[in-house]
Amino acid sequence: MEQATAAPLKKTPLHARHRASGAKMVPFAGWDMPVEYSGITEEHIAVRTRAGVFDVSHMGEIEIAGRDALAAVQRISSNDASKLAVGQAQYSGLLTPEGTFVDDLLVYRLAPAHFLLVVNAGNIAKDYGWIAEQIKPAGDAVAVDASSRYALLAVQGPAALDVLQPLTGADLRGLKYYWFANGEVAGVRATISRTGYTGEDGFEVFVPPHSADRVWQAVLESGKSAGVIPCGLGARDTLRLEAAMRLHGNDIDETTTALEADLGWIVGWKKDDFVGAAALREQKASGVGRKIVGFEMLDRGIARHGYDAYAGGARSGVVTSGTQTPYLKKAIGLAYLSIEHTSAGAEFDVDIRGRRARARVVPLPFYKRQR
Amino acid sequence: MMAYLAGFKYTKDHEWIEIAGDRGKIGITDYAQQQLGDVVYIDLPEVGAALKQGQSFGTIESVKAVSELYSPVSGDVVEVNAALKDKPEVVNSDPHGSWMIAVKLTNPSESASLLDATQYQDLVK
Repeated sequence: MEQATAAPLKKTPLHARHRASGAKMVPFAGWDMPVEYSGITEEHIAVRTRAGVFDVSHMGEIEIAGRDALAAVQRISSNDASKLAVGQAQYSGLLTPEGTFVDDLLVYRLAPAHFLLVVNAGNIAKDYGWIAEQIKPAGDAVAVDASSRYALLAVQGPAALDVLQPLTGADLRGLKYYWFANGEVAGVRATISRTGYTGEDGFEVFVPPHSADRVWQAVLESGKSAGVIPCGLGARDTLRLEAAMRLHGNDIDETTTALEADLGWIVGWKKDDFVGAAALREQKASGVGRKIVGFEMLDRGIARHGYDAYAGGARSGVVTSGTQTPYLKKAIGLAYLSIEHTSAGAEFDVDIRGRRARARVVPLPFYKRQR
Repeated sequence: MMAYLAGFKYTKDHEWIEIAGDRGKIGITDYAQQQLGDVVYIDLPEVGAALKQGQSFGTIESVKAVSELYSPVSGDVVEVNAALKDKPEVVNSDPHGSWMIAVKLTNPSESASLLDATQYQDLVK
């Protein structure tokens, strides 16, 4: 999370609004972002029980278009984009030839030969360079870093539909999970996607940057009686972890394969060749040596990113994410463990700053919303 | 913003100490709790532990991060606020009322090196 360089921090179109509203700001992936407004716990509970609104304009948007756009996306994206109808989105991986993660992303099919990839803020330049290089053989397709053309707001929580629907003519009630619609929100041209990173029902709203503040204000006004509050990256992290959504840079990176991350479901096994396919097919046949698991702490303490895990008297792996969850009120986390220690109920130790604390493998996700 | 009490001394690491005779009660400042966010765990030493000035006497952990607690003075731990173990969140709501440990000062002259309320206020403004 620390800034490695002295480069000035980037600001989202809502930066002045965050500052004026008294949000606590931190550097994150090169951006000056709100980490919390009223507090991680309060914001987390709001999203689980009512709704919250997040500025996620730091996320990157890369568009791929051209006659062979589908072939280009199929080459660089692990999931099978041919299954996407226009108006539909899917979670996927941008993989290395070794089957590990350059990044994870959402792939939106805007038109038959026009795709939008939403990628992580810290990876935009790297992803764009990688994609531009990898799609060269795909024929008539071009990638464009369109990140500066979009602001992105996430409205998340059980009340999200009731808060957002009055602001738009688009039929959000009829919009299925992982589908999107084009329309207007608060009079602003928008793409509204029923997606999110919280494990809750909700929407992500793409709007032109200059109109972001108008939409932000309108959502908070519309949600006032429902108790909708602005939320920061802190709650976004605890919410996604309860839902067991992986965080690139923490849980997945260029050292972990899609299979080790237990994300075989985002691999299009029946597709033709794509970057990483051969390595993953080989690993699928031979079996993984380690795998990501969810765990709960049995002893006091929070196991955090980078802490070592021990089982059977030896080092078995490493914790990649951990927190005290505000909603479940437990210390939970994700860790990679040697495959023999990954069955539910298995116990292991985490070295918490020199103290061994007991943890137990539990099924994922930790939290699943009632539908 | 809470007022920093004139009767307390402060450290650059954002602890406070309230000294009475040869005893001192130690906690963290309002600024510290704001920076930490929601506190979920506090690990404190046993009674009898001998601390040097600036030595870590425990850890405080929020949802976001873990931080060391540093003793403003040298001293022997004579009392530990066990109530904080079950209700660590009171450090957020009442930081200056939530003492963590009480020590018997072993080098009282050290307190001259600590910040007073005005100096501390300047440090965090």
